[in-house]
Amino acid sequence: MTYVPDRSQYPAKKADGTLDIDLASGKYLKLWQGPQHPGITGNMSVELTVCGDEVVEGKTHVGYLHRGFEKLMERRTFIQCFPIVCRVCVPEPDFNEYCFAAAVEELAGIEAPERANWIRTLILEMGRINSYMMYLGGQAGAFGLGVIGQWTTYVRDLMLDRFEELTGARIYHMFILPGGVRDVLPDGFDQRMEETLREIERTMQDVHDVMFCNAVFKKRAVGQGYIDPALVDSYGVTGPNARAAGIAKDVRKNQPYLVYPQLDFEPVIGKDSDIYTRADVRRRDLLMSVDLIRQLLAKMPRTGPVMAKLPNVLHWKIPRGETYIRGECSRGEYGYYLVTDGSGYPRRVNVRGPSYTHAMALLERLIVNINISDVAGLMVSLHTYPPEIER
Amino acid sequence: MRELHARLKQLFPLGELTEQRPNLAFVTVPAEFLRPALLHLRDREGFTHLVLLTAVDWIEDGQFQLTYLLSNRTQACDIGLRVMIPRDGATMESIHEVWPTAATYQRELREMFGIDFPGSPRVNDEFILEGWVDVPPYRRDFDTKKFAEENFSQRPGRVTTDPATHMKEKLYPGGA
Repeated sequence: MTYVPDRSQYPAKKADGTLDIDLASGKYLKLWQGPQHPGITGNMSVELTVCGDEVVEGKTHVGYLHRGFEKLMERRTFIQCFPIVCRVCVPEPDFNEYCFAAAVEELAGIEAPERANWIRTLILEMGRINSYMMYLGGQAGAFGLGVIGQWTTYVRDLMLDRFEELTGARIYHMFILPGGVRDVLPDGFDQRMEETLREIERTMQDVHDVMFCNAVFKKRAVGQGYIDPALVDSYGVTGPNARAAGIAKDVRKNQPYLVYPQLDFEPVIGKDSDIYTRADVRRRDLLMSVDLIRQLLAKMPRTGPVMAKLPNVLHWKIPRGETYIRGECSRGEYGYYLVTDGSGYPRRVNVRGPSYTHAMALLERLIVNINISDVAGLMVSLHTYPPEIER
Repeated sequence: MRELHARLKQLFPLGELTEQRPNLAFVTVPAEFLRPALLHLRDREGFTHLVLLTAVDWIEDGQFQLTYLLSNRTQACDIGLRVMIPRDGATMESIHEVWPTAATYQRELREMFGIDFPGSPRVNDEFILEGWVDVPPYRRDFDTKKFAEENFSQRPGRVTTDPATHMKEKLYPGGA
């Protein structure tokens, strides 16, 4: 028998398009998911209005992590901004470093050495793997498969070891600075990276068998959280969320940066645009990153400088100008809009995090008419990181 | 980008084109022509993706610069439309019907810069700050240091150094 939803209990719309929700009627209930909740991505919250166990309205609330980075940077010299920017996004901080460094280099007329660009690309792909590993654990956990998170956290930790030996730090690497990168690859790095990549591939095979072939996961994720491809441009959807809808939005291919033109890859595309497809696109994208890291290590130049000569950074003034630098992070298009005014301080820095559009306008639209128990799965499937919304 | 600028210039009174890169340019548009220019770029020129909407405070000129950055994926190029509006009583037309995501950007600009966008959904709702009554904090005349000193106290026993002096000693020992 086909399920026909009963819409008679649903709120009517007022003249201005908002819902006419009479909480006193007893039909509706306000339910806060977050800011402290296992089913929320990071420190944000969604104010749900539910009718029975179905969501009729959701409003995203952010601000629990606001640290005012954009304003802080206006008071700091360009080199003082460099250790701040990575804090904007905790699980994948390297994109902040790259976008900020590239924007400063462009406006100051500095060119990073070729070898630095290869190392930068390597760092970004390593960060992408880490971010996807966190996502896979979260996505499986939201649907009750707790063990996946333990496996992915284990291999993520191996990648953090590689980060540690390359940059000296595990989370905030502060490695990509304006002008190049801080150091070259340590001895034996390729060998240890290859071992890590093999371990990742083994784990991903297990994740595929246990998560993607799991009847419960399929039952809850297939067909859920559909993003209409027509919404992709109007809602500013980028990255795997757009690619799962069949739209090949990948900055690495559309507007190639660093050494991506010299690498052999094709954007990973899905078709069905539901939670399952988005998870699968990310899994395949992760495996593509593994391949890209192998290509990078094989083709990378091993001699030459990794740092361009910078002016005295304490008195570094950059001529008036504005630019926008973007990169494809694990969630979509990450960008820095930098305005300089000829002084030693940035006039304005604006961070364009992909979660800004995904977690606000898009989530509020998708969340309507889904079951309370699927809210966490839907939210995780958009892969949102709140710090990049509020900066 | 120059061809695009020439085509647009026949329709709208545009400012000079600033070509930052071959695939990124900025151009100034009068506020009243912003909406038709955005619709033209979106529907006729393929700039379907609103990358960001943000403001820059040019306090010395008494103006806010609003930047609408649009991207054309098939041509792999971006154009930034700059709109200069007066700082006093800053108001701008809302574009939430053109791109629904613009409502979020406009809500943030309302809170952080005090720029009003009449008609934009939930534009007066608090976005990040709670119960803020001071000058909108991203304006240049809001002093973060002064605000922090007035509202927060230093933990005792904490040693602070002047960042400029500290960095000078670290980076260029001996004053080289």
